[in-house]
Amino acid sequence: MNSTLQSLYFLAIRECLTAFRNRHEALSPLIFFSLVCVLFPLGVGASADLLRTIAPGIIWVAALLAILMSLGTLFRHEYEQGTLELMVLSEHPLIVLVVIKLVAYWLITALPLIVVAPFMAYGLGLTADAQGVLLLTLLLGTPVLILVGAIASTLTLVIPQNGMLLALLVLPLYVPVLIFATSAVNTVMMGGSAAGALYILAALCVLSVTLSPLAIVAALKIGVSQ
Amino acid sequence: MSLQLKNLHCYRGHRTLFTNLDISVEPGRVLVVAGKNGCGKSTLLKIISGLRQADEGEVFWNGLSLQENATEFEQQMIWLSHRNGLNESLTAKENIQYSTSLANYTDVNISSILERVGLKGYANTPVRQFSAGMKRRLAMSRLVSKPAKLWLLDEPQSALDKAGIRLLDELIIEHVTQGGAVVMSSHHDVSLTNITVDTLTL
Repeated sequence: MNSTLQSLYFLAIRECLTAFRNRHEALSPLIFFSLVCVLFPLGVGASADLLRTIAPGIIWVAALLAILMSLGTLFRHEYEQGTLELMVLSEHPLIVLVVIKLVAYWLITALPLIVVAPFMAYGLGLTADAQGVLLLTLLLGTPVLILVGAIASTLTLVIPQNGMLLALLVLPLYVPVLIFATSAVNTVMMGGSAAGALYILAALCVLSVTLSPLAIVAALKIGVSQ
Repeated sequence: MSLQLKNLHCYRGHRTLFTNLDISVEPGRVLVVAGKNGCGKSTLLKIISGLRQADEGEVFWNGLSLQENATEFEQQMIWLSHRNGLNESLTAKENIQYSTSLANYTDVNISSILERVGLKGYANTPVRQFSAGMKRRLAMSRLVSKPAKLWLLDEPQSALDKAGIRLLDELIIEHVTQGGAVVMSSHHDVSLTNITVDTLTL
């Protein structure tokens, strides 16, 4: 048991080390996100009211696209280099390896966005209340984006340039998350309670955390069998 | 140990790759799967490894079908495909740690493994800087880093130089004389001295 835990710990460290070695690739979602948030005010003009009104939308759309852009690389290197075959044939249950990979991926891709988002929100003039709710929506929403996106990404693994197909498959599924997340922040800005929208986001989060690893495992097995 | 393939059928699209394949592999034997490109050598190896399901028929390991016996089979088998299974961002040493962690076998001496496959002194070199032959040698290190009864090797000689092929032959002979079994695909001639080599032509 101990050696199993030690092996799994090694594997988690490897994920982070790999991301660190490929940091140009790992940082590109953060750079994209920051650039969109910084450039938007330059484009629409410096009207504080206008910026405050569209801020939740800007931040959420930028985060959504940043994650969508990076999803193509999830499991891509593993597939091309053949380590995916080793993962499937490993003595550890594949679902455990997949969960380690996804947690590492969330930490590397989404967490930096969540850390930077309050600064962007402040810059766009969101109130402290709205900033708090925005942070909550990102914490609940980004796992959904990554997990749902990962299913589509693993299903299209055998297609070399899967970016367009991935976007087509995933965007309809991203729409509810985007709507509920931005409406939560908008409601707070108008003085209402964001609880309803946040509960729905939380439900989506729980649903994707529990179910999507199963779908990803099945999709990976199809991928390596080709 | 025993590996038995019973009545395997495999189709790819409208093409029939093989039908009614019945073979058993005993300890101390080498089975070479030969045939021209695209005849299904790799597919057969994938089916034996459990990565792919046969369209009909089953693979049995120690008398039990692969689905029932997957964990035990994975513990006793090493898979080396034409993709090397190396993480190119990591160093040679980190790659060995990675593959042994995946195999849940952390009790390894990395420097002796690297020496065995002729990569002494490259422990801390990123695999990205390796030549194709060196990557192949590093992939071969999986064969010596964990004891196993069955080796499944898909085109193991590709990208290897003469010394590399000699090393591979040595490793296979050592494995087989210790009672292991090997199933390998190859489109080269396989000459292993003092070893019984069965050939299956697809």
